Amino acid sequence: MPAASLAAVRSFVASPQAQPTQANESRRAFAFKGAGKRFGDKVVLDGIDLDVPVGQFLAVIGKSGCGKSTLLRLLAGLDRPTAGSLTFDVKEAGGAEDDGHSRSRFMFQEPRLLPWASVVGNVEVGLTGIASGAEARDRALAILGEVGLADRADEWPSVLSGGQKQRVALARALVGHPRILALDEPLGALDALTRIEMQQLLERIWITQKFTAVLVTHDVAEAVALADRVVVISGGRIALDLDVPVARPRRRGSAELAHLEGRILDQLFG
Amino acid sequence: MSGSRSLGRNSIGWLLPVLIVVGWEIASRAGVMSPNVLPAPSAVAEAFWRLTLSGELIRNIGVSTARALSGFAIGGAIGFVLGLANGLSTLSRGLTDTTLQMIRNIPHLALIPLVILWFGIDEEAKLFLVALGVFFPIYVNTLLGIQSVDPQLVEMGRVYGMDRSALFFRVILPGALPAIFVGLRYALGIMWLTLIVAETVSASSGLGYMAMQAREFLLIDVVVLSIVIYALLGKLADSLARLLERLSLSWHPAFQNA
Repeated sequence: MPAASLAAVRSFVASPQAQPTQANESRRAFAFKGAGKRFGDKVVLDGIDLDVPVGQFLAVIGKSGCGKSTLLRLLAGLDRPTAGSLTFDVKEAGGAEDDGHSRSRFMFQEPRLLPWASVVGNVEVGLTGIASGAEARDRALAILGEVGLADRADEWPSVLSGGQKQRVALARALVGHPRILALDEPLGALDALTRIEMQQLLERIWITQKFTAVLVTHDVAEAVALADRVVVISGGRIALDLDVPVARPRRRGSAELAHLEGRILDQLFG
Repeated sequence: MSGSRSLGRNSIGWLLPVLIVVGWEIASRAGVMSPNVLPAPSAVAEAFWRLTLSGELIRNIGVSTARALSGFAIGGAIGFVLGLANGLSTLSRGLTDTTLQMIRNIPHLALIPLVILWFGIDEEAKLFLVALGVFFPIYVNTLLGIQSVDPQLVEMGRVYGMDRSALFFRVILPGALPAIFVGLRYALGIMWLTLIVAETVSASSGLGYMAMQAREFLLIDVVVLSIVIYALLGKLADSLARLLERLSLSWHPAFQNA
Protein backbone atom coordinates (compact mmCIF):
# COMPACT_ATOMS: atom_id res chain seq x y z
CA MET A 1 0.00 0.00 0.00
CA PRO A 2 2.72 2.60 0.80
CA ALA A 3 4.52 2.29 -2.52
CA ALA A 4 1.33 2.73 -4.53
CA SER A 5 0.07 5.61 -2.45
CA LEU A 6 3.48 7.24 -2.58
CA ALA A 7 3.30 7.20 -6.36
CA ALA A 8 -0.08 8.86 -6.09
CA VAL A 9 1.31 11.54 -3.81
CA ARG A 10 4.28 12.13 -6.02
CA SER A 11 2.12 12.66 -9.06
CA PHE A 12 0.85 15.81 -7.40
CA VAL A 13 4.32 17.22 -6.91
CA ALA A 14 4.61 20.46 -8.81
CA SER A 15 8.37 20.90 -9.12
CA PRO A 16 10.00 18.48 -11.57
CA GLN A 17 13.19 18.20 -9.47
CA ALA A 18 11.11 16.80 -6.63
CA GLN A 19 10.17 13.83 -8.75
CA PRO A 20 12.09 10.90 -7.29
CA THR A 21 13.61 8.35 -9.62
CA GLN A 22 11.54 5.29 -10.39
CA ALA A 23 14.14 3.09 -8.74
CA ASN A 24 13.77 4.97 -5.46
CA GLU A 25 10.02 4.78 -5.44
CA SER A 26 9.88 1.05 -5.17
CA ARG A 27 12.57 0.90 -2.51
CA ARG A 28 11.99 0.85 1.19
CA ALA A 29 13.97 3.10 3.58
CA PHE A 30 13.11 1.21 6.75
CA ALA A 31 10.39 -0.94 8.22
CA PHE A 32 9.16 -1.66 11.75
CA LYS A 33 7.63 -5.15 12.04
CA GLY A 34 5.66 -5.80 15.20
CA ALA A 35 8.13 -3.55 16.99
CA GLY A 36 7.63 -2.90 20.69
CA LYS A 37 9.51 -1.20 23.46
CA ARG A 38 9.01 -1.62 27.16
CA PHE A 39 10.83 0.02 30.05
CA GLY A 40 10.40 -2.38 32.96
CA ASP A 41 6.67 -3.02 33.24
CA LYS A 42 5.69 -0.03 31.20
CA VAL A 43 4.89 -0.78 27.57
CA VAL A 44 5.68 2.33 25.55
CA LEU A 45 5.33 0.94 22.05
CA ASP A 46 3.40 -2.18 21.09
CA GLY A 47 3.12 -3.97 17.75
CA ILE A 48 4.20 -1.14 15.50
CA ASP A 49 4.08 -2.03 11.78
CA LEU A 50 5.39 0.76 9.65
CA ASP A 51 6.81 0.49 6.17
CA VAL A 52 8.42 3.68 4.89
CA PRO A 53 9.60 4.04 1.29
CA VAL A 54 12.76 5.96 0.38
CA GLY A 55 12.23 9.69 0.08
CA GLN A 56 8.95 9.82 1.98
CA PHE A 57 8.25 12.66 4.40
CA LEU A 58 6.54 10.98 7.34
CA ALA A 59 5.06 12.90 10.26
CA VAL A 60 4.40 11.15 13.55
CA ILE A 61 1.82 12.77 15.79
CA GLY A 62 0.57 11.95 19.23
CA LYS A 63 -0.12 13.37 22.63
CA SER A 64 2.69 13.71 25.18
CA GLY A 65 3.90 10.34 26.40
CA CYS A 66 2.30 8.34 23.57
CA GLY A 67 5.65 6.84 22.55
CA LYS A 68 6.35 8.91 19.44
CA SER A 69 9.77 10.06 20.64
CA THR A 70 10.64 6.49 21.59
CA LEU A 71 9.82 5.44 18.03
CA LEU A 72 12.28 8.04 16.80
CA ARG A 73 14.95 6.93 19.25
CA LEU A 74 14.60 3.37 17.99
CA LEU A 75 14.97 4.62 14.46
CA ALA A 76 18.12 6.58 15.33
CA GLY A 77 19.65 3.65 17.17
CA LEU A 78 19.54 5.42 20.55
CA ASP A 79 17.42 2.54 21.89
CA ARG A 80 16.79 -1.04 20.79
CA PRO A 81 13.31 -2.53 20.33
CA THR A 82 12.41 -5.11 23.00
CA ALA A 83 10.03 -6.89 20.61
CA GLY A 84 9.71 -7.23 16.85
CA SER A 85 12.23 -5.76 14.49
CA LEU A 86 13.44 -2.68 12.69
CA THR A 87 15.07 -3.29 9.33
CA PHE A 88 16.78 -0.86 7.03
CA ASP A 89 17.25 -1.12 3.34
CA VAL A 90 20.99 -1.62 3.69
CA LYS A 91 21.96 -1.45 0.05
CA GLU A 92 23.49 1.85 -0.94
CA ALA A 93 23.20 2.98 -4.55
CA GLY A 94 26.79 1.83 -5.03
CA GLY A 95 26.15 -1.47 -3.32
CA ALA A 96 28.03 -0.68 -0.11
CA GLU A 97 26.33 -1.96 3.03
CA ASP A 98 26.07 -0.45 6.49
CA ASP A 99 23.83 -0.94 9.47
CA GLY A 100 21.38 1.79 8.55
CA HIS A 101 21.80 3.74 11.77
CA SER A 102 25.08 5.14 10.56
CA ARG A 103 23.41 6.83 7.62
CA SER A 104 20.58 8.29 9.63
CA ARG A 105 20.82 11.60 11.45
CA PHE A 106 18.97 12.90 14.45
CA MET A 107 17.84 16.46 14.97
CA PHE A 108 16.99 17.23 18.56
CA GLN A 109 14.31 19.38 20.07
CA GLU A 110 17.06 21.75 21.25
CA PRO A 111 19.82 22.95 18.91
CA ARG A 112 22.53 21.29 21.08
CA LEU A 113 25.33 23.31 19.49
CA LEU A 114 28.77 23.27 21.07
CA PRO A 115 29.12 26.81 22.50
CA TRP A 116 32.91 26.66 22.14
CA ALA A 117 32.89 25.82 18.44
CA SER A 118 32.19 28.33 15.69
CA VAL A 119 29.07 27.94 13.60
CA VAL A 120 31.00 26.17 10.83
CA GLY A 121 32.82 24.06 13.44
CA ASN A 122 29.46 22.89 14.76
CA VAL A 123 28.35 21.91 11.28
CA GLU A 124 31.59 19.96 10.86
CA VAL A 125 30.52 17.80 13.84
CA GLY A 126 28.04 16.27 11.36
CA LEU A 127 31.00 15.00 9.34
CA THR A 128 32.63 13.12 12.22
CA GLY A 129 34.08 9.98 10.70
CA ILE A 130 33.03 11.06 7.20
CA ALA A 131 35.36 13.92 6.27
CA SER A 132 37.92 16.13 7.99
CA GLY A 133 40.16 19.13 7.44
CA ALA A 134 39.65 21.40 4.45
CA GLU A 135 37.12 19.05 2.85
CA ALA A 136 34.93 19.08 5.97
CA ARG A 137 35.11 22.86 6.11
CA ASP A 138 34.16 23.25 2.46
CA ARG A 139 31.21 20.90 2.79
CA ALA A 140 30.08 22.61 6.00
CA LEU A 141 30.27 26.05 4.36
CA ALA A 142 28.28 24.80 1.38
CA ILE A 143 25.43 23.48 3.52
CA LEU A 144 25.49 26.66 5.64
CA GLY A 145 24.85 28.53 2.40
CA GLU A 146 21.80 26.35 1.82
CA VAL A 147 20.31 27.24 5.19
CA GLY A 148 21.16 30.90 4.60
CA LEU A 149 23.88 31.30 7.24
CA ALA A 150 27.04 31.38 5.11
CA ASP A 151 27.94 34.85 6.40
CA ARG A 152 27.72 33.72 10.05
CA ALA A 153 30.14 30.79 9.64
CA ASP A 154 32.86 32.13 11.95
CA GLU A 155 30.65 33.46 14.73
CA TRP A 156 29.91 31.82 18.08
CA PRO A 157 26.53 30.11 18.46
CA SER A 158 25.70 32.31 21.47
CA VAL A 159 25.12 35.36 19.24
CA LEU A 160 22.55 33.57 17.04
CA SER A 161 18.78 33.68 17.51
CA GLY A 162 16.81 30.54 18.35
CA GLY A 163 15.75 30.01 14.75
CA GLN A 164 19.29 30.52 13.47
CA LYS A 165 20.65 28.00 15.99
CA GLN A 166 18.11 25.43 14.81
CA ARG A 167 19.15 26.14 11.21
CA VAL A 168 22.77 25.40 12.19
CA ALA A 169 21.55 22.17 13.80
CA LEU A 170 19.71 21.31 10.58
CA ALA A 171 22.88 21.98 8.57
CA ARG A 172 24.84 19.75 10.97
CA ALA A 173 22.30 16.96 10.52
CA LEU A 174 22.32 17.24 6.73
CA VAL A 175 25.98 17.87 5.95
CA GLY A 176 26.81 14.16 5.88
CA HIS A 177 24.00 13.50 3.37
CA PRO A 178 22.01 11.12 5.57
CA ARG A 179 19.52 8.80 3.94
CA ILE A 180 17.15 9.19 6.85
CA LEU A 181 16.64 12.35 8.89
CA ALA A 182 14.85 11.90 12.21
CA LEU A 183 13.46 15.13 13.65
CA ASP A 184 12.28 15.22 17.27
CA GLU A 185 10.02 18.30 17.45
CA PRO A 186 12.89 20.50 16.30
CA LEU A 187 10.66 23.52 15.74
CA GLY A 188 8.69 23.24 18.97
CA ALA A 189 10.51 26.02 20.78
CA LEU A 190 10.40 28.57 17.97
CA ASP A 191 7.96 31.43 17.61
CA ALA A 192 5.13 30.99 15.09
CA LEU A 193 6.64 33.03 12.26
CA THR A 194 10.14 31.55 12.58
CA ARG A 195 8.48 28.14 12.63
CA ILE A 196 6.81 28.65 9.27
CA GLU A 197 10.10 29.88 7.80
CA MET A 198 11.87 26.80 9.13
CA GLN A 199 9.16 24.51 7.77
CA GLN A 200 9.60 26.02 4.32
CA LEU A 201 13.38 25.67 4.57
CA LEU A 202 13.06 22.06 5.67
CA GLU A 203 10.67 21.28 2.81
CA ARG A 204 12.95 22.94 0.26
CA ILE A 205 16.03 21.04 1.40
CA TRP A 206 14.09 17.77 1.58
CA ILE A 207 13.00 18.28 -2.04
CA THR A 208 16.55 18.90 -3.25
CA GLN A 209 18.38 16.29 -1.13
CA LYS A 210 15.73 13.53 -1.42
CA PHE A 211 16.31 11.97 1.99
CA THR A 212 13.64 10.13 3.97
CA ALA A 213 12.32 12.43 6.70
CA VAL A 214 10.60 11.34 9.91
CA LEU A 215 9.22 14.30 11.83
CA VAL A 216 7.84 13.86 15.31
CA THR A 217 5.60 16.77 16.20
CA HIS A 218 2.48 17.65 18.13
CA ASP A 219 1.57 20.43 15.77
CA VAL A 220 -1.08 18.93 13.47
CA ALA A 221 -0.97 21.88 11.06
CA GLU A 222 2.79 21.44 10.71
CA ALA A 223 2.37 17.73 10.02
CA VAL A 224 -0.17 18.14 7.20
CA ALA A 225 1.72 21.09 5.73
CA LEU A 226 4.99 19.15 5.43
CA ALA A 227 4.34 15.44 5.28
CA ASP A 228 3.42 12.95 2.56
CA ARG A 229 1.93 10.75 5.22
CA VAL A 230 0.85 11.26 8.81
CA VAL A 231 0.86 8.53 11.43
CA VAL A 232 -1.02 9.08 14.68
CA ILE A 233 0.25 7.14 17.66
CA SER A 234 -1.97 6.57 20.64
CA GLY A 235 -1.33 4.29 23.57
CA GLY A 236 1.81 2.90 21.95
CA ARG A 237 -0.01 1.79 18.77
CA ILE A 238 -0.63 3.28 15.36
CA ALA A 239 -4.16 4.65 15.54
CA LEU A 240 -4.29 6.31 12.14
CA ASP A 241 -2.15 6.12 9.02
CA LEU A 242 -3.15 8.86 6.63
CA ASP A 243 -1.74 9.95 3.27
CA VAL A 244 -1.58 13.63 2.49
CA PRO A 245 -2.12 13.76 -1.28
CA VAL A 246 -1.81 17.52 -1.58
CA ALA A 247 0.36 19.16 -4.23
CA ARG A 248 3.49 21.13 -3.27
CA PRO A 249 4.02 23.97 -2.77
CA ARG A 250 1.14 23.74 -0.34
CA ARG A 251 -0.88 26.73 0.67
CA ARG A 252 -1.24 26.93 4.43
CA GLY A 253 -4.84 27.12 5.55
CA SER A 254 -6.24 25.57 2.36
CA ALA A 255 -9.49 23.61 2.63
CA GLU A 256 -7.77 20.30 1.76
CA LEU A 257 -5.22 20.66 4.54
CA ALA A 258 -7.88 21.84 6.99
CA HIS A 259 -9.98 18.77 6.20
CA LEU A 260 -7.05 16.41 6.87
CA GLU A 261 -6.18 18.34 10.00
CA GLY A 262 -9.75 17.86 11.19
CA ARG A 263 -9.59 14.09 10.65
CA ILE A 264 -6.38 13.84 12.65
CA LEU A 265 -7.74 15.98 15.49
CA ASP A 266 -10.89 13.83 15.57
CA GLN A 267 -8.70 10.76 15.93
CA LEU A 268 -6.69 12.38 18.73
CA PHE A 269 -9.63 13.73 20.72
CA GLY A 270 -12.67 11.89 19.31
CA MET B 1 36.80 53.56 20.84
CA SER B 2 36.19 50.35 22.72
CA GLY B 3 39.98 50.15 23.25
CA SER B 4 40.14 53.48 25.04
CA ARG B 5 37.03 52.59 27.04
CA SER B 6 38.52 49.32 28.25
CA LEU B 7 41.76 51.16 29.08
CA GLY B 8 39.71 53.57 31.16
CA ARG B 9 37.95 50.69 32.90
CA ASN B 10 41.29 48.98 33.65
CA SER B 11 42.96 52.09 35.00
CA ILE B 12 40.06 53.05 37.24
CA GLY B 13 40.94 50.04 39.40
CA TRP B 14 44.32 51.61 40.16
CA LEU B 15 42.81 54.92 41.29
CA LEU B 16 42.11 53.77 44.85
CA PRO B 17 45.55 52.20 45.54
CA VAL B 18 47.25 55.37 44.25
CA LEU B 19 45.06 57.58 46.45
CA ILE B 20 45.84 55.43 49.48
CA VAL B 21 49.60 55.65 48.83
CA VAL B 22 49.43 59.42 48.38
CA GLY B 23 47.37 59.84 51.56
CA TRP B 24 49.78 57.58 53.43
CA GLU B 25 52.79 59.63 52.27
CA ILE B 26 51.10 62.88 53.34
CA ALA B 27 50.19 61.42 56.74
CA SER B 28 53.78 60.24 57.29
CA ARG B 29 55.31 63.59 56.31
CA ALA B 30 52.88 65.47 58.54
CA GLY B 31 54.02 63.24 61.43
CA VAL B 32 50.55 61.74 61.96
CA MET B 33 52.01 58.27 61.44
CA SER B 34 55.20 57.34 63.26
CA PRO B 35 57.89 55.74 61.04
CA ASN B 36 58.19 52.97 63.69
CA VAL B 37 54.60 51.97 63.01
CA LEU B 38 54.44 52.47 59.26
CA PRO B 39 57.26 54.03 57.22
CA ALA B 40 56.40 56.46 54.45
CA PRO B 41 55.99 55.07 50.90
CA SER B 42 59.09 56.99 49.94
CA ALA B 43 61.05 55.10 52.64
CA VAL B 44 59.71 51.81 51.26
CA ALA B 45 60.75 52.91 47.77
CA GLU B 46 64.22 53.68 49.11
CA ALA B 47 64.39 50.21 50.65
CA PHE B 48 63.30 48.78 47.30
CA TRP B 49 66.11 50.63 45.53
CA ARG B 50 68.70 49.65 48.14
CA LEU B 51 67.80 45.95 48.01
CA THR B 52 67.59 45.99 44.22
CA LEU B 53 71.11 47.41 44.00
CA SER B 54 72.46 44.81 46.39
CA GLY B 55 70.77 42.06 44.35
CA GLU B 56 69.12 40.70 47.49
CA LEU B 57 65.60 41.51 46.38
CA ILE B 58 65.84 39.93 42.94
CA ARG B 59 67.42 36.81 44.40
CA ASN B 60 64.69 36.39 47.02
CA ILE B 61 61.88 37.03 44.54
CA GLY B 62 63.47 34.45 42.26
CA VAL B 63 63.72 31.88 45.03
CA SER B 64 60.11 32.43 46.15
CA THR B 65 58.72 32.40 42.61
CA ALA B 66 60.53 29.17 41.77
CA ARG B 67 59.16 27.55 44.93
CA ALA B 68 55.64 28.79 44.25
CA LEU B 69 55.60 27.64 40.65
CA SER B 70 57.13 24.22 41.26
CA GLY B 71 54.74 23.53 44.15
CA PHE B 72 51.89 24.74 41.94
CA ALA B 73 52.96 22.52 39.06
CA ILE B 74 53.11 19.42 41.26
CA GLY B 75 49.88 19.99 43.22
CA GLY B 76 48.00 21.38 40.23
CA ALA B 77 48.95 18.50 37.97
CA ILE B 78 47.90 15.86 40.52
CA GLY B 79 44.66 17.71 41.25
CA PHE B 80 43.86 18.10 37.57
CA VAL B 81 44.52 14.45 36.75
CA LEU B 82 42.51 13.20 39.73
CA GLY B 83 39.69 15.62 38.94
CA LEU B 84 39.54 14.32 35.37
CA ALA B 85 39.69 10.69 36.50
CA ASN B 86 36.97 11.12 39.10
CA GLY B 87 34.82 13.15 36.75
CA LEU B 88 35.00 10.55 34.01
CA SER B 89 34.98 7.31 35.98
CA THR B 90 32.52 6.44 38.71
CA LEU B 91 34.84 3.66 39.88
CA SER B 92 37.70 6.10 40.42
CA ARG B 93 35.39 8.57 42.14
CA GLY B 94 33.95 5.87 44.38
CA LEU B 95 37.44 4.79 45.38
CA THR B 96 39.07 8.14 46.11
CA ASP B 97 36.54 10.94 46.53
CA THR B 98 35.55 10.23 50.14
CA THR B 99 39.19 10.13 51.23
CA LEU B 100 40.00 13.32 49.36
CA GLN B 101 37.02 15.15 50.83
CA MET B 102 38.14 14.16 54.33
CA ILE B 103 41.68 15.41 53.74
CA ARG B 104 40.29 18.59 52.19
CA ASN B 105 38.69 19.55 55.46
CA ILE B 106 42.05 19.68 57.24
CA PRO B 107 43.51 23.21 56.96
CA HIS B 108 46.76 22.40 55.19
CA LEU B 109 48.66 24.99 57.21
CA ALA B 110 47.84 22.97 60.32
CA LEU B 111 50.33 20.42 58.97
CA ILE B 112 53.27 22.83 59.33
CA PRO B 113 54.63 21.29 62.56
CA LEU B 114 54.39 17.82 61.08
CA VAL B 115 55.94 18.95 57.82
CA ILE B 116 58.86 20.54 59.65
CA LEU B 117 59.39 17.26 61.52
CA TRP B 118 59.32 15.33 58.25
CA PHE B 119 61.30 17.59 55.95
CA GLY B 120 63.07 20.07 58.24
CA ILE B 121 63.15 23.55 56.78
CA ASP B 122 64.38 22.43 53.38
CA GLU B 123 62.76 23.01 50.02
CA GLU B 124 60.64 19.86 50.28
CA ALA B 125 58.64 21.28 53.17
CA LYS B 126 57.60 24.34 51.19
CA LEU B 127 56.95 22.38 48.00
CA PHE B 128 54.80 19.93 49.94
CA LEU B 129 52.70 22.63 51.58
CA VAL B 130 52.20 24.62 48.38
CA ALA B 131 51.35 21.50 46.39
CA LEU B 132 48.84 20.39 49.02
CA GLY B 133 47.25 23.82 49.19
CA VAL B 134 46.97 24.12 45.41
CA PHE B 135 45.73 20.57 44.90
CA PHE B 136 42.23 20.97 46.31
CA PRO B 137 40.89 24.00 44.44
CA ILE B 138 42.12 22.49 41.18
CA TYR B 139 40.76 19.04 42.01
CA VAL B 140 37.35 20.19 43.23
CA ASN B 141 36.75 22.57 40.33
CA THR B 142 37.97 20.17 37.64
CA LEU B 143 35.62 17.51 39.02
CA LEU B 144 32.76 20.00 39.24
CA GLY B 145 33.45 21.22 35.71
CA ILE B 146 33.28 17.74 34.25
CA GLN B 147 30.17 16.84 36.20
CA SER B 148 28.43 19.98 35.01
CA VAL B 149 29.01 19.37 31.30
CA ASP B 150 25.61 19.38 29.59
CA PRO B 151 24.59 15.69 29.18
CA GLN B 152 22.54 16.69 26.12
CA LEU B 153 25.74 17.77 24.38
CA VAL B 154 27.42 14.49 25.32
CA GLU B 155 24.46 12.58 23.88
CA MET B 156 24.64 14.71 20.73
CA GLY B 157 28.35 13.87 20.39
CA ARG B 158 27.63 10.16 20.71
CA VAL B 159 24.75 10.27 18.23
CA TYR B 160 26.99 12.05 15.75
CA GLY B 161 29.56 9.29 16.01
CA MET B 162 32.31 10.82 18.17
CA ASP B 163 34.66 8.26 19.71
CA ARG B 164 35.81 8.57 23.32
CA SER B 165 38.77 10.84 22.66
CA ALA B 166 36.80 13.14 20.35
CA LEU B 167 34.05 13.29 22.95
CA PHE B 168 36.59 14.25 25.62
CA PHE B 169 38.53 16.87 23.66
CA ARG B 170 35.62 18.42 21.78
CA VAL B 171 32.79 18.25 24.30
CA ILE B 172 33.81 17.39 27.87
CA LEU B 173 37.07 19.30 28.35
CA PRO B 174 35.90 22.57 26.75
CA GLY B 175 32.70 22.32 28.78
CA ALA B 176 34.66 21.90 32.00
CA LEU B 177 37.13 24.69 31.23
CA PRO B 178 35.26 27.63 32.83
CA ALA B 179 35.14 25.80 36.18
CA ILE B 180 38.77 24.72 35.83
CA PHE B 181 39.77 28.37 35.44
CA VAL B 182 37.90 29.30 38.60
CA GLY B 183 39.96 26.62 40.36
CA LEU B 184 43.15 27.90 38.78
CA ARG B 185 42.65 31.47 39.99
CA TYR B 186 41.67 30.31 43.44
CA ALA B 187 44.71 28.02 43.55
CA LEU B 188 47.06 30.86 42.63
CA GLY B 189 45.84 32.80 45.66
CA ILE B 190 46.38 29.79 47.93
CA MET B 191 49.81 29.29 46.36
CA TRP B 192 51.13 32.67 47.54
CA LEU B 193 49.40 32.46 50.88
CA THR B 194 50.90 29.06 51.65
CA LEU B 195 54.34 30.09 50.53
CA ILE B 196 54.36 33.24 52.65
CA VAL B 197 53.37 31.31 55.75
CA ALA B 198 55.86 28.53 55.07
CA GLU B 199 58.71 30.96 54.42
CA THR B 200 57.85 33.01 57.46
CA VAL B 201 57.84 29.99 59.73
CA SER B 202 60.95 28.32 58.42
CA ALA B 203 63.28 29.35 55.63
CA SER B 204 66.78 30.56 54.89
CA SER B 205 65.94 32.41 51.71
CA GLY B 206 62.95 33.89 49.90
CA LEU B 207 60.65 36.84 50.46
CA GLY B 208 59.16 35.53 53.69
CA TYR B 209 62.65 34.98 55.06
CA MET B 210 63.65 38.49 53.98
CA ALA B 211 60.68 39.94 55.89
CA MET B 212 61.49 37.93 59.03
CA GLN B 213 65.15 38.95 58.93
CA ALA B 214 64.11 42.58 58.57
CA ARG B 215 61.84 42.23 61.61
CA GLU B 216 64.82 41.01 63.67
CA PHE B 217 66.75 44.15 62.76
CA LEU B 218 63.68 46.40 63.03
CA LEU B 219 63.95 47.32 59.34
CA ILE B 220 60.24 48.08 59.09
CA ASP B 221 60.60 49.57 55.60
CA VAL B 222 61.81 46.17 54.31
CA VAL B 223 58.93 44.39 56.06
CA VAL B 224 56.43 46.68 54.34
CA LEU B 225 58.28 46.28 51.04
CA SER B 226 57.91 42.49 51.26
CA ILE B 227 54.18 42.81 51.84
CA VAL B 228 53.81 45.17 48.86
CA ILE B 229 55.76 42.77 46.65
CA TYR B 230 53.54 39.88 47.72
CA ALA B 231 50.52 41.93 46.71
CA LEU B 232 52.05 42.73 43.33
CA LEU B 233 53.08 39.13 42.66
CA GLY B 234 49.60 37.93 43.57
CA LYS B 235 48.04 40.48 41.26
CA LEU B 236 50.45 39.51 38.48
CA ALA B 237 49.59 35.81 38.80
CA ASP B 238 45.88 36.61 38.76
CA SER B 239 46.25 38.84 35.70
CA LEU B 240 48.08 36.10 33.84
CA ALA B 241 45.36 33.62 34.71
CA ARG B 242 42.68 36.05 33.52
CA LEU B 243 44.53 36.62 30.27
CA LEU B 244 44.73 32.88 29.71
CA GLU B 245 41.06 32.59 30.57
CA ARG B 246 40.12 35.32 28.13
CA LEU B 247 42.12 33.68 25.36
CA SER B 248 40.70 30.20 25.80
CA LEU B 249 37.12 31.12 26.72
CA SER B 250 36.51 33.65 23.96
CA TRP B 251 33.38 31.66 23.02
CA HIS B 252 31.82 32.30 26.41
CA PRO B 253 29.17 35.05 26.49
CA ALA B 254 30.82 36.49 29.63
CA PHE B 255 34.00 37.18 27.66
CA GLN B 256 32.44 38.62 24.54
CA ASN B 257 32.57 42.35 23.84
CA ALA B 258 34.90 42.61 26.81
